[in-house]
Formats: sequence, structure tokens, C-alpha cells
Amino acid sequence: MSSSQAWPRIAAQPAPLDTRIRMETPEGIDLLLRPAGLLSRSLAFSIDLLIRGALLVGLLYLFQALGEVGTGLFLLALFLINWWYMVLFEVLNQGRSPGKQIMGLRVVHDDGTPVGWSASLLRNLLRFIDMLPFGYSVGAFTCLQHPMFKRLGDLAAGTLVIYRDSLTERPVLPEAQPVVAPLVLTLEEQRAVLAFAERQQTISPARAQELATILIAPLQLPAHTAPQHAVDQLNGIARGLAGSI
Amino acid sequence: MKQRQFEQRHQDTWLHFGERLDALERSRGKNDAGDGFTEQYRQICQHLALAQQRGYSSHLVEPLQQLAMSGHQQLYRHRSQFAAQLLNFVLADFPRLVRAEWRLMALASLLFFGSLIVMGLLVYGYPDLIYSVVSPAQVGEMESMYDPAAPRIGQAAERASSTDWLMFGYYIMHNIGIAFQTFAGGLLFGLGSLFFLFFNGLMIGAVAGHLTDVGFGETFWPFVVGHGAFELTAIALAGAAGLKLGWALLAPGPMPRGEALRVAAQTSVRLIGGVMLFLLIAAFIEAYWSSMTWPHANTKYLVGAVLWALVAAYLIFAGRSAHAPD
Repeated sequence: MSSSQAWPRIAAQPAPLDTRIRMETPEGIDLLLRPAGLLSRSLAFSIDLLIRGALLVGLLYLFQALGEVGTGLFLLALFLINWWYMVLFEVLNQGRSPGKQIMGLRVVHDDGTPVGWSASLLRNLLRFIDMLPFGYSVGAFTCLQHPMFKRLGDLAAGTLVIYRDSLTERPVLPEAQPVVAPLVLTLEEQRAVLAFAERQQTISPARAQELATILIAPLQLPAHTAPQHAVDQLNGIARGLAGSI
Repeated sequence: MKQRQFEQRHQDTWLHFGERLDALERSRGKNDAGDGFTEQYRQICQHLALAQQRGYSSHLVEPLQQLAMSGHQQLYRHRSQFAAQLLNFVLADFPRLVRAEWRLMALASLLFFGSLIVMGLLVYGYPDLIYSVVSPAQVGEMESMYDPAAPRIGQAAERASSTDWLMFGYYIMHNIGIAFQTFAGGLLFGLGSLFFLFFNGLMIGAVAGHLTDVGFGETFWPFVVGHGAFELTAIALAGAAGLKLGWALLAPGPMPRGEALRVAAQTSVRLIGGVMLFLLIAAFIEAYWSSMTWPHANTKYLVGAVLWALVAAYLIFAGRSAHAPD
């Protein structure tokens, strides 16, 4: 690649099109956080609510046998479960209450670090305001207003509910003879060609051919090349980029 | 370096790091999965940066990103020296914080204790006034609780120790609930806190005035004077913490409102920590000391006065010298 190349070699990462946010860490890398929206968060909350309800009913039966001491203990348990269930789980279990764990969510600070005592306490105490005037209306409203889906408690505590992404299966590159690209590809173009090859399993052959046909001229193929040949050519470049085993 | 070569060369490192992360995520205790963690984490970060810069495919970059992300979570994971922090907080940080926020504290106290005293005096002078804030049924309930003539009714009577447990649980539940509401209300531009401070002041004042008026003061005052020191102060403190949030929203100064709120919240959540401590002490005193009937009323007044003085002295003087708690 010539040094007079107009494309910067170390290009800034393009801003993501979706709701993901980039968080630069002191290690000099970018973390990608995917904030969780209203629906999955309310589902997680409902699951937590059910668990808490079941727990309290169980404790009620258990403590009833103990008479007044039991009632006292039950009220203590009620307090703990009411105000501390979320806080304890979030701080001690990697930012995940059971409901969030089931929904694949976790709570982190704004900078992506795990949530601590004060932030967790704050966001859960202020839940009381988010619940106003009924059924989490304030929380739902602010959540939908905010680009990172924060409710008021999150805003005050500086926290964020994100998805814990699970790994996707690695696709196999389609069979093709590795070729060297006939022109210098920028990083973004390289990624696009690789992504085209990797995602071929998930798009129809017709669509793949349609996409490849657009590139017939830039790839310096004869104008009347069969569409499938263009696809093969792209796959070949992808193979060449990825390197052989 | 081609993507495949890169992958092959470092695959083992990535697998190993993934396993290590799993082990760390499962257990909170110290284990050997932590040895050499930072070196490997740095290496993963470097690989990620390389992979991104060389334009490798997103199916290679994304797993690396997730490894880096999980590693980041573990590296910065919450470490608490809980006991030491708590001690420092109780001995110095909390009273210092309250003094630093003395304006809000004064406002909250004025509102709460002011409405309490004024309402108490008003109800004492015009007994019918109580029905404007408390329903007749509740008034009857209150009266029966503190009726000195009743043989064994309510909190004033000597109780079995099991009942102490019951009341302890009840007080924790009830009082901290009120304090938390007073605090959280501050998010509504401070209006919620103002309302709860004022409302609770009115209620408590009205009940106190009424009970004194009907002649139950001799059971009521010895009962409340002890734990009141902690409980009432705690409500005022919770109000001050809430007002801090509200003030940050109303007058954010040079910062955007959201940022101002976040900064204010960091202070006020520590105030709330102190409030919880106060309420815990209050509930303890209320359940185990206030409910005793054998000490003479004068003893109770004396202890109550000492407790009030203690709270005041703590908030005013504790943590004044720079090195005391360290």
C-alpha cells in the first residue's frame, strides 16, 4: 500500500448504526456496550417480582410457626427483600439479579465497570420515584426518552443496564480459490468483503449474486460476467484476506 | 499477518483466558484463576486492538471484544474493605458530610421540626384540629395505645421479649420505608422531600399534641423521647439528602442537569447510609428500651436527653480533627 494513500490506515472506528455505545478503556481499547431496552428490563423486573413474592410467601409459612418472634423476623425479611434484594444481587452477583440473569442483562456503571454499593443502592432506592404515579410510568417514560434507555434511578446513579452478549457461532467461509484483490482495499472494504463471505449462509443465493453484481466493475471483471462468478470472485478475495490454514 | 495465522497462533491464549473468566465469574473468593490475570488481559486487549486495526472479520473481532469486556468486568470488579470503610464512615465521613450540607440540613430540620412543634402546640391549644390531619379511627387507635389506664395494651405495657422482636422488625420496616420515601421524593425537584418532611412533621406533631392534651402524656413522652433522637433526626437527614437531589435539578450550576444530578446523588447516597444507621439504632432502642415500663419516667427523660445530646454532639463534633479515625 502506498504511503500517499488517501485512506488513513488507522481509521477511527465507524460509529455503530445500532444502539451500541463505544466505551474507551484505559487499556486503549473500545468496549462495545449494548444498552437493554424497556421490554427486556420490565420482563426481568417481573421475574424478580415473582421470585420475591414466592420467597415471601414461603417465609411467611415458615415464620408463622414461630409466633411473634417469627412475625418480627418476617417483617425484617420483608424489609430486606423489599429494599435490598436488588442491591445485594447486583453488587454480589456481577450486576445481575436473578431476573436479569435469566434475561441476559447486567448492571454496570456508565464507564462499563461493574456496579458498586453506592450506585446500586441509589438506583434501587430511586425506584420509588420511577414507580410513580402507577406501574413504573415515570421510569418507562424516561427510559423510552433516553438514548441509552436509562430510567431516573439510572440517571442519578450513573448506571446502565446492558446485554451480556453470547457468542455467535463462527460461520465457515464458502469454498473458493483464494485470490488477491485486483485493487487496494481499505480496512472497511476488507471487512465488508469478509462479512459478505461469512454471511452468505444466511442470505439467499439470488441476493448474494445481486450484491456481487454491483461490484463487477470495481473488481475489474468483464462486464458480462455471470453473477455467480462475481460471487466466487468475492469469496476468493475473502479467502485471500483471511489467509489459508 | 493474515487472519487465519493470527487466529491459529493465539487461539490457545483466548481459550485459556475464557476458562479463567468463567472461574472468576463463578466465585467471589480468592483463587488461582487470578494469578497472572492482568498480563493475559493486557494481551487480549492488544490482540483486540490488532484485530480491529488489521481489518479482520467481525467474527474474529467480536469474540475478542467479549473476552476483553468480561476481562474488564473482572479487573475492575467491586472490591470492598467493608469493615474499614464502615468504621471510617461512622467515625468521620458521615458527620463531616452532614456539616458540609448544613444549609440543606437546616432547611429540612426547620421544615420537619418546625411543622412538628407548631402543629403540636396548635393541637394542644385547639384539640379539634387533629381531625383535619388524622382520621378519627386512627386517633382512637393512638389513644388506646398510650392510655395509662389500660391494663396491658399497646407498646407502653411491659411485653414479652418475643414481642420486642416483632416490634423491632416492624419499626425497621416502617421507619426506613418513610425515610427512603422522603429521600426518593427529592427527585421530583425536591417537592417530594418537602412534602414528606412537612406531612410527617404535621402528623407526628398532631398526635403528640393530642395525646398530651387528653392527658396521656405521661405514657407517651417517656416512650418516644429515647428513640426520637435518632428517628426524627434520621427523617430530617433523609429529607436533606432528597433536597440535595432536588436542588441539583433546580440549580445545576455550570453542569448539565443529568450530570449535576449524578454528582449530587453520590453525596446524598452517603447521607442515606447514615440515615439507615440511625434508623437501625432507633429501631433497636424503640423495641428494647422504650418499651420497658419499669424505669421511672424521669430515668427515661434523662436517658432521652443524653441520647439527644449524643446525636447533636456526634453530628457537630465527630471527625473534626483530621487524623482522628485513621
